[in-house]
Amino acid sequence: MALEREFCKWSFCAKPEVETIETDLLLVGGGMACTGAAVEAMAYAKGLGLKVTLVDKAALDRSGAVAMGLSAINTYIGSENKIADYVNMVRTDLMGIIREDLVYSVGAHVDQTVHDFQDWGLPIWQKDANNHTVDGQVARDEELPLLKDGGKCVRSGKWQCMINGESYKVIVAEAAKNALGMENIHERVFIVKLLTDKNNSNRVCGAVGFSVREHKTYVFKCKAMIIACGGVVNVFRPRSVGEGQGRAWYPVWNAGSTYAMPAEIGAKMVLMENRFVPARFKDGYGPVGAWFLFFKAQATNAYGEDYMAKNWEQVKKDYPGYADAPGTCLRNHAAMMEMRAGRGPIMMHTDKAMAKLAETLSKKELKHLEAEAWEDFLDMSISAACLWASFNMEPDKMPSEIIPSEPYLLGSHAGCAGLWVSGPSKNYMGAPDSWFWGYDRMTTVEGLFTAGDGVGASGHKFSSGSHAEGRMAAKGALAFILDHKADKLEAAQNIDEVIADIYLPFEIFEKYKGYTTAPEINPNYLMPKQVQTRLQKLMDEYVAGCTPMYQTNKILLEEGLKRLTLLKEDATRLAARDLHELMRAWENYHRILSGEAHLRHILFREETRYPGYYYRADFLKIDDSKWKVFTISQYDKNTNEWKFETEPYKKLC
Amino acid sequence: MPSFVIVEKCDGCKALDKTACQYICPNDLMVLEPESKKAFNQEPEQCWECYNCVKICPQQAIEVRHYADIMPLGSSTIPLRGSDNIMWTIKFRDQKTIKRFKFPIRTTAEGSIDCFKGKTMPTVADLKKPGFYTGPARTE
Repeated sequence: MALEREFCKWSFCAKPEVETIETDLLLVGGGMACTGAAVEAMAYAKGLGLKVTLVDKAALDRSGAVAMGLSAINTYIGSENKIADYVNMVRTDLMGIIREDLVYSVGAHVDQTVHDFQDWGLPIWQKDANNHTVDGQVARDEELPLLKDGGKCVRSGKWQCMINGESYKVIVAEAAKNALGMENIHERVFIVKLLTDKNNSNRVCGAVGFSVREHKTYVFKCKAMIIACGGVVNVFRPRSVGEGQGRAWYPVWNAGSTYAMPAEIGAKMVLMENRFVPARFKDGYGPVGAWFLFFKAQATNAYGEDYMAKNWEQVKKDYPGYADAPGTCLRNHAAMMEMRAGRGPIMMHTDKAMAKLAETLSKKELKHLEAEAWEDFLDMSISAACLWASFNMEPDKMPSEIIPSEPYLLGSHAGCAGLWVSGPSKNYMGAPDSWFWGYDRMTTVEGLFTAGDGVGASGHKFSSGSHAEGRMAAKGALAFILDHKADKLEAAQNIDEVIADIYLPFEIFEKYKGYTTAPEINPNYLMPKQVQTRLQKLMDEYVAGCTPMYQTNKILLEEGLKRLTLLKEDATRLAARDLHELMRAWENYHRILSGEAHLRHILFREETRYPGYYYRADFLKIDDSKWKVFTISQYDKNTNEWKFETEPYKKLC
Repeated sequence: MPSFVIVEKCDGCKALDKTACQYICPNDLMVLEPESKKAFNQEPEQCWECYNCVKICPQQAIEVRHYADIMPLGSSTIPLRGSDNIMWTIKFRDQKTIKRFKFPIRTTAEGSIDCFKGKTMPTVADLKKPGFYTGPARTE
């Protein structure tokens, strides 16, 4: 390494105040998974005399992926569907490799959580006695039966139901707040490192983070922990070039903390090569699901040709057995065939869909439908509505462009990257012995649980499934705590050194800032933004970002890894001048580790398992003979080495 | 600048115990400028345009000028969020086309959720069984 390692000796920046909090169960994150965990845990904890503490880097009312709201609940099985069919859908969409024990158990629990949402006050669209659609408030005013009592929701697809979801997160947060009590919630505290036990390096026993509002460190000591703070956004160069970089499809504040922190203490990760590349309304990233499924709109190439109809026979030939039902990545693939051939843009014909609907609907119904189309955006992707307004576009009068976005890493939406966790119980649905190690949703680190985006090999949970999974993880974690009551835990790490490490970017900035006239440009350090742009550029160019049309190969990946390794070294020279930048510094460190896992997994899997998400151009086929397996990695922070293994896929239903 | 704050309208939430936009922003972007006591967006290129600062501002001092690399000037999208519904007014760039929508946001009173009311509290024996305290897991 070119530059000597720096240490924080508190010579240039002041030591923060330290508050130590002892708890039984620590929830790291405040999104759907941890708010779910909070209510379920508290139902037990009160009677057991156990303490549950939640820590969120933002404000619970509006944190996580549902901060803006949502226009639909994407996972609701309902009495008309079977859980096994849900599992089949997830398996098809994720190209044959999922943990069916995890997916099935989400399916068995998710409806209860949706019923609870309705009970708490989430307006869910329903069908009235005449089978007309009414919004969630009218449904209550007209006293339609609740979903739990046989009321019918309004399906936009087989598994989705429409909601008036502007305040979805506020409602779910309110339930969690009232269950936990505000005294057990720490907002604006960003956890950056986990602690392990002195006598058992594979046992979590705490976490350290800092307040982004005051010069104060928080040390949490716990018996068990659920870590669920979202996926990874902006690890790749985004399509936007300026202010629009914030208009990521998934929340821009998801920094990979869920993967990086467990990885640093040796938790195994699975299918980290998987990614999600959402095809969305261009630039505003408005959702397309309702337009495809609810309004029955068609998407074409520049010349009006339906790219699915045109290319599907070829897709079936290229990926035999995987294209019988069109999964999300293969739909992307069919659109990309047109784009690569220069027949873009891909257009969503909202105008034609609305015209067709107008043939059978009354004026009033059509007006209602128009409001529904706008609400779909205003509830969850407001910029997409603004984009229409700024271009004078009315969706019923002209089509809109759609485009595959930059890649995202996540485990709750149409992706399945994440941590390798224990299933719900021994041999659940005939699962192999190796899929269960004592406690539901526990990672391979004892006492460390996850849910939502954190659980790998189990996608299509979405908001409701993540909430349900958080509740399941909470039960697993409490069972673990009760079974390990006698354990005496002590952190292996020297807490003072951990704190000094966290504030190192302050020390470095203060030490060197006077050397140059412009503090942002200094040969002794990098600012968080500079680290992020370098990461985004190398991930894009070498790890199959949107610029090379999602293609890479071994040589490119190895060059990318060289550059990433240098960046990881340079990240020890991150500088920050205030608490906001200190947060950005650690977020970007978490992004680097998550990006490294992604790169190494793509390098390891020598096939193209997810065409339309990424292509190994040197192994373009799906190779079931070698690769119908879970790819599992483990990082050793001390040696900076990664180990890979595979675990056979097993079909359970 | 994604969200912007109108100088004349922002009073720094001086009557409240905390600055509303600073409290709510999920990405820690809104800050109070110490001298003028007015809020601003400190990192506009990290703004998700989630509108939470716009919705919460008691003075309606915050609006959004959309991403400069993407959107033409002149349109506006303004929410007015009440306790049980939200109203949106969308003005197009042509200044002529106006859309107004009103949607419900919740069917219960703010602050009223008590997720344990009327529920039978579970016991340790339930921990390793499927299901939640509000209802059993589905079996097929």
